[in-house]
Amino acid sequence: MAQDDINVIDQPEVTTPRMVTIEIAGKKVDVPEGITVVKAMWYAGMDVVRGVGCLGGFCGACSTYYRTKDDPKVRTCLACQMAVQDGMSFTMMPPFPARKATYEIQKLKDPKQDLFNLYPEAPLCRNCNACTEACPQKIDVREGVWKAVFGDFKSVSEMFMDCVMCGMCTPVCIADIAPNLVALYVSRAQGAHFSEKPVDLDVRIKEIQDGQYNEEWDKVLKMSEKELAEHCATVK
Amino acid sequence: MDIHALQQIVHKSRDARRQQTISKFSPAERDQLIHKYHPDFRASAYRPIRFGPNEGDKTVMELATLLEGDSSIQDHADLTAHYTCDVLVIGGGGAGCAAALHAHGAGAKTILATKLRLGDSNSVMAQGGMQISVAPEDSPVTHFIDTLKGGHMENDHALLKTMVEDGPSIAKWLLELGVLFDRQADGNLHVKKGGGSSKPRLLTCSDYTGLEIMRVLKDEVINQKIQLLEFVAAIELLSDEAGNCTGAIFKDLDNQRHVIVAAKCVILATGGIGRLHIQGFPTSNHYGATGDGLCLSYRMGAKLAHIDTFQYHPSGAVYPEQLIGALVTEGIRSEGGHLVNAKGERFVNELDTRDVVSSSIIRECEEGRGIRTMSGRVGVWLDTPLLDAEHGPGTVEKHFPAMMLQFERFGIDISKDPVLIYPTLHYQNGGVKIDTNSETNVKNLFVAGEASGGLHGRNRLMGNSLLDLMVYGKRSGLTAAGRVGSMKQGQLTLKHLQRFRADAKKHGNVSGVISPMILPAYTRKVS
Repeated sequence: MAQDDINVIDQPEVTTPRMVTIEIAGKKVDVPEGITVVKAMWYAGMDVVRGVGCLGGFCGACSTYYRTKDDPKVRTCLACQMAVQDGMSFTMMPPFPARKATYEIQKLKDPKQDLFNLYPEAPLCRNCNACTEACPQKIDVREGVWKAVFGDFKSVSEMFMDCVMCGMCTPVCIADIAPNLVALYVSRAQGAHFSEKPVDLDVRIKEIQDGQYNEEWDKVLKMSEKELAEHCATVK
Repeated sequence: MDIHALQQIVHKSRDARRQQTISKFSPAERDQLIHKYHPDFRASAYRPIRFGPNEGDKTVMELATLLEGDSSIQDHADLTAHYTCDVLVIGGGGAGCAAALHAHGAGAKTILATKLRLGDSNSVMAQGGMQISVAPEDSPVTHFIDTLKGGHMENDHALLKTMVEDGPSIAKWLLELGVLFDRQADGNLHVKKGGGSSKPRLLTCSDYTGLEIMRVLKDEVINQKIQLLEFVAAIELLSDEAGNCTGAIFKDLDNQRHVIVAAKCVILATGGIGRLHIQGFPTSNHYGATGDGLCLSYRMGAKLAHIDTFQYHPSGAVYPEQLIGALVTEGIRSEGGHLVNAKGERFVNELDTRDVVSSSIIRECEEGRGIRTMSGRVGVWLDTPLLDAEHGPGTVEKHFPAMMLQFERFGIDISKDPVLIYPTLHYQNGGVKIDTNSETNVKNLFVAGEASGGLHGRNRLMGNSLLDLMVYGKRSGLTAAGRVGSMKQGQLTLKHLQRFRADAKKHGNVSGVISPMILPAYTRKVS
């Protein structure tokens, strides 16, 4: 057997795809097992405009509620990152009218106190933990809200680096908090107000303004094509 | 065979490979490899464009057909404006947000229109980082040289010099807006080394650099109360008697109605073409990456540059099926991940430029040293567990949380098992030709970001796209805003379209398609 013939991955799901019955927004359809939720909608002949974005699990456009066969628990997923299975039912989350506070991030005087003016509902968390359960990115959302309220902005900014802003933490909140928006404010405040100013960056900006590289630029930009190619080859 | 059995060779060969150094190819070897294996050199995939500003230039069939395509707008369409503004930005990704924020900040009445939601873009997916020369041992000139080498010396020098020099002030702007770039212990910006770069220069936010920047820019666009039109797709531009750009026609995707926007300046920031699936390649691109801006500006008479060259990112996922085309960040290779063929051998210096690495993967697969999947795909291994072996357990999880999670959802632990990859259509190296203010040869029509061309030459260097978006988004926004104060709104006509149609007719209306595409046709025809 040639090398190439051995190196084939077994994928029974590809060679003999099993059709499964699922329910999309209340409608029963048969689709191949294992395709993603968004592909299942295309397979079922649906045009999808709202609810698809990057198709890579980063943009949060495809927030979806789903339930697996016989399980009463309704879960959340990103439709581009979830495979369908028999008996699954799902529906996409409509745009949720959460309130986003508006602010001039650089002009905030006391960002940790301002949080309570911008999002007065933030300290009203009743610890139900539904937001954490709803997060498809596995962020400990509830913990993040508390840390925000207690002023630990640094931890919040680290915890929510994975946040794709799908907003699925919001409809489940019994205190009407939009945790992702609170975390976004907190992360921006952390960056704009509580992070060190990188000294080397300011040095570089000044060097460029002062024309420190002009001589080198003159040299490089005056080179013939051949000279430039030779010069490039010396940079390793 | 079972996938785990096939992966054994990667585990077994790991220690031997760690002792190995693979030198980069010589310039002659690079050229030979690329000419033989890179998809840009597959002549049968190309044809000349039959008419228009780039008549006779070759590009891929898929794009040529769309560029020659007809508009959906009738000659006598009602052009009464629904909205009027100074600056109309089309596109809601990185370049669009940067353009809108700067135009608005400079006092222009700005509208941002996008066919999906604000922020749904390729920018949000950028994982590798953003190249800016901030380290003391680095310089803008070195950044220039590296990029030129990567672009096969064909980059527009003026555009490139402008980008590398504006870079550091862009980093400062983003920091002031609250972007959390990774830091060193001393508070300076942490820089990583990227493929094709001689110095560590990548600013990163974990492996969520694009997401973090876009979260902040989107939030800022909303905070600044910039007027947003979402789910409206640009389908035609508008011009005055002199052929200058004066606005655009959109289709509202919720109700199919036309929306006419009159603007003194238009900035197209419509992104790339991955969803055209050129040469049948899967893509890492977002749902709306259908090259709309290229078609719109081409009909207006804007000249395109380097539209015969595309970037195939070396590492697109091939397995599992659900992730086909999805990107496996270059960061893995930056941190020492090996590419390994079916025989357990390395075959390229993993930090060579993307075109070289992609070509070498295609070579391995064409010569029978690839691993095949049952859906007819083929790939090579990317040794991700090596990172934990090299830098200690937990490295993959700590440095690449986005990737860990993406594969974990399908039951794959990339810190324990290698992933199967093959080049994926990633980026349009060329685009609409612009000057250093981001303006095209059509007056008052600006193009910023991936839709523009010239800056990257024939191959974009990793991390240069995020910077391109910010620099030319900013420049287009500021130039447009600086001009509108002394301008009157021009007439809204379709003169350019009449010219284009006359030209098309002379050439027999060969294309037969309506462009732009707006969204790819993935919906199955159910009878």
